[in-house]
Amino acid sequence: MSNVPSDWEVVIGLEVHVQLRTRAKVFASSPWGFGKEPNEQVDPVVLGLPGTLPVVNREAVEKAILFGLVVGAEIPERCAWDRKNYFYPDNPKNYQLTQKDFPVVVGGQVEIELPGASRNVMGEHKFIRIHHAHLEEDVGKLSHAGSGSLVDYNRAGVPLLEIVTEPDLRSSAEAEAFLRSLVAMLTQAGVADCDMEKGQLRCDCNVSVRRRGAEKLGTRTETKNLNSISSVRDTVIYETARQIRELEAGRAITQETRGWNAELARGYVLRDKEDAHDYRYFPDPDIPTLKISRETVARLAKQVPENLYDRQRRYVEKLGLPYTAASVLVNDRALAEWFEAAVAAHPANPSGIANLVANDLLRDLAASAGAAGAFDEAAPAPVSLASCPIKPAQLAGLVKLTDDGVISKQQAKEVFAEMFKTGRDAAAIVDAKGLRQNSDTGELEKIVQEVIADPAVAKSIAEYRAGNEKAINALKGPIMKRTQGKANPVLIDQLLRKFLA
Amino acid sequence: MADALHTLSAAELGRRLAAGTLTSRALCEALIARYQTVNEKVGAFTHLDQADVLAQADASDARRQAGQGRGPLEGLPVAIKDNIAVKGQPLTCSSKMLAPLVSPYDSHVAERLRAAGAILYGRLNMDEFAMGSSTENSALRKTFNPWDLARIPGGSSGGSAAALAAGLVPLSLGSDTGGSIRQPASHCGVVGLKPTYGLISRFGLVAFASSLDQIGPMARSVEDCELLLNALASADARDMTCFGPSDRALSAAGDAKKLRIGIPKGFLGKGVAPEVAAAVNAAVEFYRAQGCAISEVELPSADLAVPTYYVVATAEASSNLGRYDGVRYGHRSSVAGTPVEMMTASRSEGFGPEVKRRILLGTFVLSAGYADAYYVRALRARAKIRAEYLAALAGVDVLLTPTVPTPAFKVGEKAADPLQLYLEDIFTIPANLAGLPAISVPCGKSGHLPVGFHLVGAPLSEAKLLAAGRLFEAAHGYAHQQAAL
Repeated sequence: MSNVPSDWEVVIGLEVHVQLRTRAKVFASSPWGFGKEPNEQVDPVVLGLPGTLPVVNREAVEKAILFGLVVGAEIPERCAWDRKNYFYPDNPKNYQLTQKDFPVVVGGQVEIELPGASRNVMGEHKFIRIHHAHLEEDVGKLSHAGSGSLVDYNRAGVPLLEIVTEPDLRSSAEAEAFLRSLVAMLTQAGVADCDMEKGQLRCDCNVSVRRRGAEKLGTRTETKNLNSISSVRDTVIYETARQIRELEAGRAITQETRGWNAELARGYVLRDKEDAHDYRYFPDPDIPTLKISRETVARLAKQVPENLYDRQRRYVEKLGLPYTAASVLVNDRALAEWFEAAVAAHPANPSGIANLVANDLLRDLAASAGAAGAFDEAAPAPVSLASCPIKPAQLAGLVKLTDDGVISKQQAKEVFAEMFKTGRDAAAIVDAKGLRQNSDTGELEKIVQEVIADPAVAKSIAEYRAGNEKAINALKGPIMKRTQGKANPVLIDQLLRKFLA
Repeated sequence: MADALHTLSAAELGRRLAAGTLTSRALCEALIARYQTVNEKVGAFTHLDQADVLAQADASDARRQAGQGRGPLEGLPVAIKDNIAVKGQPLTCSSKMLAPLVSPYDSHVAERLRAAGAILYGRLNMDEFAMGSSTENSALRKTFNPWDLARIPGGSSGGSAAALAAGLVPLSLGSDTGGSIRQPASHCGVVGLKPTYGLISRFGLVAFASSLDQIGPMARSVEDCELLLNALASADARDMTCFGPSDRALSAAGDAKKLRIGIPKGFLGKGVAPEVAAAVNAAVEFYRAQGCAISEVELPSADLAVPTYYVVATAEASSNLGRYDGVRYGHRSSVAGTPVEMMTASRSEGFGPEVKRRILLGTFVLSAGYADAYYVRALRARAKIRAEYLAALAGVDVLLTPTVPTPAFKVGEKAADPLQLYLEDIFTIPANLAGLPAISVPCGKSGHLPVGFHLVGAPLSEAKLLAAGRLFEAAHGYAHQQAAL
């Protein structure tokens, strides 16, 4: 956490560039993806060969609309593209197609959750307003090799949704929480994969500071091209401290564009306002204004998944889940849906299922997947449920066996491990291993009475009767021993108390 | 008679090919023979791959032999302006910037011509990137008017018009942004049609000003022009500004003798040469005698067309031509330095003066602080001009004017005065600004130099324009005219 002096307030707005999950590029039929040889994913349109024309990829537009619906935005009836003109070798046409005046998404808001006082306590929730989101094309990558430069256009033309917030964020923690919420919403709706290691999510961060209580916003700086949540956090902390230091020293903040060196954890000036580009925007004459039919919007609205925090509230309030388990489950839509399928098979004990999913299942899935997720070091690694050897109904079966007293909670852990290894049903494993608990009251009564009669435990009995509750546990070991550990511990406890009363 | 093949119309050549009295190979050999003696004088072509042409001709003859002929264009050569992509052929736009480029893909129209069995016959000279009205801005060679080799053929599709008038080819493709098909057609005594914006796909047409550019057919007769148009017009998903199949229904031609013809007030006034005015007035009288209703129409914003055009067209061009930077293809400067320095040097070396002038003008009119005063105002003027034309065309079927105010001028005569040259397109520009179809039809001579009249119609009224043209040419001797060379 940053230590912002209490008489200062920081104001943050983010511009988040997200590569949309589409098969083809945004204005060309060429496919795209990560890890290809340079210039493998190009075609005449991507390279801007003379005579080629852009054609809007409807899938990209629909993903953008879906994002808008996820954040409750307005989807205008028309959107249009403009040309942003500037010369750079990574830009095949030397103009970028973007939406300046008529974006596909207007407004909306993203609910965020700030860290609680501890891991088990829910933190404050806030809403961050979205100004708009527009659909544009990514550029290629320029690299310098020896005396020359190399350019790779695989990334050129990849659909980018630029999501622009209102200046609603007030701390580095809020910026982090916003990005985490946004990533969860984008991935859960299938809009984007947001893999920051692959550059699928990049952020421009606008920061200004003002005296607390002041209405006028301070002069802002924009730090461009941040490619991890920690870089955004560190940039906010760095810029806040720098701007306060400047202002307190009586110097003015220069409106400038900055870069961030993550290795040195330092920002630097890219260009000031005087050097700002004149992009000479004008409406692209090759792409007519696109009409977005209300039928399309209605169809896409059906694809909007349950909101992350609505789900969280439902789990805690309706299903009675502990906050910690609920917050783990809702971060991953597939995991939450897996959990809900298990609950459907055994509705009596959602918490029992949640605990197994959030602890045991996630731990084993992560261990079998090997690597942890690098895109957000503070969040749990995304796991693949596709390869999960246990099906939801099978997990529900395990919890039901425990709830019915057929096996103990301790045995359930053992059975779970076997299920994860083999994919077999819990009941089959219990039977094969002979784990079924002995709940035969008549038989157990006999054994309990035999143990009580044993002089070796007389001291413990005396202590229990004298008021030491824990002393009763000393009698349970010998009973378990005589039943090869199969005695139902709940039943034994009841019987002991009955006979010792 | 094989030695006269170059004088025949495309329709007649098609009939002979269909009847089996002519082969595509024989036709192409005859045209190649003429090319070898005539192109040197006229300079219409910048490139002709003779072996490729003959291979295409043989393939066409084989198809026909096998009963797999593809229609009326089967075996007929069509020459193509050098800003329309044909796979495996140069695509230079007559610019040093693209002189090394060979297109790796076919334009939509090239695909259509191949599908129709036509022979893709050579590359035609033009003003660099279609910017000009005389073809003098070509960086590759000069093209001369076949009717007077000391004069310009018009432009920017000067090669397309000169090749027809010189009997080098029966059909050609041009492109028209402000008159670039119709003005050279008029100067060379041939027919040129600029279709409704969106009728023909621009996929594969190197963009000059995207909202104005259209590919169009050129020929020595209205009938031939129509033959070629029919092969080109089709929907294409690769051009979002091209009409879809449901939006492209052409209006019926109707009876040309019942056409209502509007004469814009004041258009025959100042600046129009007397011989041009006389020829065009004779055409008006012809139509009146045929029974057409002639009336005067008002187009009060017509004077805004040229300045509006030079703002809109240059703005779009400044952006469209941004991609020529030496990084991916085309001319690359040997000047060493940063990538951006290399790009700057490549552009400085690769573009000619007129192209640079228009890029600078377009960059200026889009600049922060000036865009509202120039570009945004020009868009408003454009909307006004379009509204006035559509209103006028609600009362009449076509508007008739000269195509160009004066006959072809001498090479070099206007080179020092670009503003004077820009007035060549005063009658043709409004059709581009309004997206309307327009045709230039030969209607006489000024001395030894051809003169054409110009018809503009409502969107998708191509059939009416062609019917009006056919009525006129059937009664006059200007169809199939060729210069003596």
